[in-house]
Amino acid sequence: MRFVDEFRDAELGRAVATEILAAVEPGRHYKLMEVCGGHTHSIYKYGVDDLLPRNVELVHGPGCPVCVIPMGRVDDGIAIAREPGVIFTCFGDMMRVPGSEGSLLEAKAAGADVRMVYSPLDALRIAKANPEREVVFFAIGFETTAPSTALTLKRAHAEGVRNFSCMCNHVTIVPPLRALLDSPDLRLDGFIGPGHVSTVVGARPFQFIPADYGKPVVIAGFEPLDILHAIRMLLAQLAEGRCAVENQYTRVVPWEGNLRALEAMAEVFELRPHFEWRGLGFISQSGLRLSDAYADLDAERRFAVPGVRVADPKACQCGEVLKGVIKPWECKVFGTACTPERPIGTCMVSSEGACAAYYNFGRFQREREAV
Amino acid sequence: MSATGREERILDIIETARAKRPRFRDERVTMAHGAGGKATQGMIEGLFVPAFGSPALAALGDAGLLAVDGAELAFTTDAFVVTPLRFPGGSIGELAVNGTVNDLAVAGARPLALSLSLILEEGLPSDALRAEVDAIARAAKAAGVELVAGDTKVVERGHADGMYVTTAGIGRRDPRSALSPGALRPGDRILLSGTIGEHGTAIMLARGEFELGAEIASDTRSLWPAADALLEAAGPALRCMRDATRGGVASVLNELARASGVGLLAREAAVPVQPAVAGACELLGIDPLYVANEGVLVAFVAPQAADAALAALRSVAGCEQAAAIGEVRAEPPGMVLVETSFGGRRVMDQLVGDPLPRIC
Repeated sequence: MRFVDEFRDAELGRAVATEILAAVEPGRHYKLMEVCGGHTHSIYKYGVDDLLPRNVELVHGPGCPVCVIPMGRVDDGIAIAREPGVIFTCFGDMMRVPGSEGSLLEAKAAGADVRMVYSPLDALRIAKANPEREVVFFAIGFETTAPSTALTLKRAHAEGVRNFSCMCNHVTIVPPLRALLDSPDLRLDGFIGPGHVSTVVGARPFQFIPADYGKPVVIAGFEPLDILHAIRMLLAQLAEGRCAVENQYTRVVPWEGNLRALEAMAEVFELRPHFEWRGLGFISQSGLRLSDAYADLDAERRFAVPGVRVADPKACQCGEVLKGVIKPWECKVFGTACTPERPIGTCMVSSEGACAAYYNFGRFQREREAV
Repeated sequence: MSATGREERILDIIETARAKRPRFRDERVTMAHGAGGKATQGMIEGLFVPAFGSPALAALGDAGLLAVDGAELAFTTDAFVVTPLRFPGGSIGELAVNGTVNDLAVAGARPLALSLSLILEEGLPSDALRAEVDAIARAAKAAGVELVAGDTKVVERGHADGMYVTTAGIGRRDPRSALSPGALRPGDRILLSGTIGEHGTAIMLARGEFELGAEIASDTRSLWPAADALLEAAGPALRCMRDATRGGVASVLNELARASGVGLLAREAAVPVQPAVAGACELLGIDPLYVANEGVLVAFVAPQAADAALAALRSVAGCEQAAAIGEVRAEPPGMVLVETSFGGRRVMDQLVGDPLPRIC
């Protein structure tokens, strides 16, 4: 595939890996966090971490939109899905995420009409095709997916589609990063910045990381060479004692972001005072809800939702795992109360979460390190 | 206790938990139970096998093996609920024949006869039924099997999606075959009979949920000629074969790594994929190694016979692109590693949930 294969060239990859090896100081351990779940996916898919020196460790960040949805929100979604006449739509990977009493997949088996869609526009299409039913879209994701939800809601509003509504779980990337950085026991040396989110918000919102916390950030694309290149750029900043926001993904990310997408979001959404994150707890001004102008399309106002907060079990230490303070196996519930089949925290929910990966491949990783 | 000791203990706990027989504890059947992943495994090994208790079933092969008065037989059955009924490259009827024929073929048995049972929905156009009957007859003729028994039921409108098809098949175990899922040894080569991912991608595109213009046809075909060629070329050096249907090549490799207690290493760059399939999978964010095939087998061959087996496979019509994609290793037991085309290595795990129900 043209314009793709170039970024997966094994020879170039080896060349950058050699540069990285030359750039690390012996005896120093580097912990770099890739913020975005998309980066985690590429790192696994291409085995990028396998090409790094053993003292460069990648820590998987909080940027997996499915994993951060707390149990209470899943419960609320299921309550709406069970209402008579409702068609409940969501992305496929959301269907398996457990609430306090099961997942949307299980609600579907028990009779709820839950359907998988690939975009919010598909949900709107279902609403138009079924005018006698109430169609609800369970919206998730960071600034990457929020604009498409916003545009769908604008269209529903303009066309007067009365049987469509949205349960909004959109979140923003900066507050959880700030929460991580504020913690006194943080052990991270730098950040691989989120590429897709940055196409919308630009690079500017990340400037607080070097300015207030003295850590470098490199916004990166999603091909394996992009990620290696970004690691190389981070190591160069660390070696030179600099810290700044740099943009590796210039072919896609403009410094200012996408103003039209930001305008659509500003019109349709407003910040919630606080929003709960699975494993991280409540974070101020980190979630979005529909603005008053779009209140009539807000599923949470149209339906009675329980809105009960289901606490993460006290023993769950996802926050510490995310901060790099502890390894997955050091968590009190790891492998006993919290397993991939019955996950408790965000790091175990997705197969790419740090704990799920360690649960499945831990012995292999250790053997590799011993080689 | 030292940190290393504690970590080791936790890894042991995990291993013990994974080694336990899967249990069936779910309150209801969900779509996940049909997806071929962990939930399906729990249902089969936690409910069916303990209830029926036959050793032929407990072997969990593609077909049950029976010895009847000196005759070595293989027996299998498969149900088909694919939607849509017709798709580029095939239809439900053709799948129903080839699916059962292939389960016999990879068990090392020459397919002999099939039974056919149809569940038809009230209102199904007769032309659609006629077309499937034609497709079944043609596929059976091509595969060299006879249809010797059948049954038909009709259910009210809304209770079946046009038609569901179930076939059962019987075959005679080939005297050249000495296949077993536990027979893999370090050094064995992994062969793939052709390009992968076509069936699943064709169905996905035929459903019209994605507006992609790619021309991709299902690969549904009888695998007996490929199995026959491998048995002839490798004989007892052919350790095991599997057809890579639901869950794709990745699932087959995982099942056999566990069954034989060996590690498998596959080289992504050696896996043949049509450019249109690679492009569609890239856009949809899926890995072709996990996509269903209906005419691809994976074979494990002892090293000394591997070249001859590959050459024999390539001489079979439809298998011209057969390739050696990796090898069996001692370590790490039960795991599949992939050397990516980018140069890194990663673990290729079992599929957790199939995003695409009713593919066959």
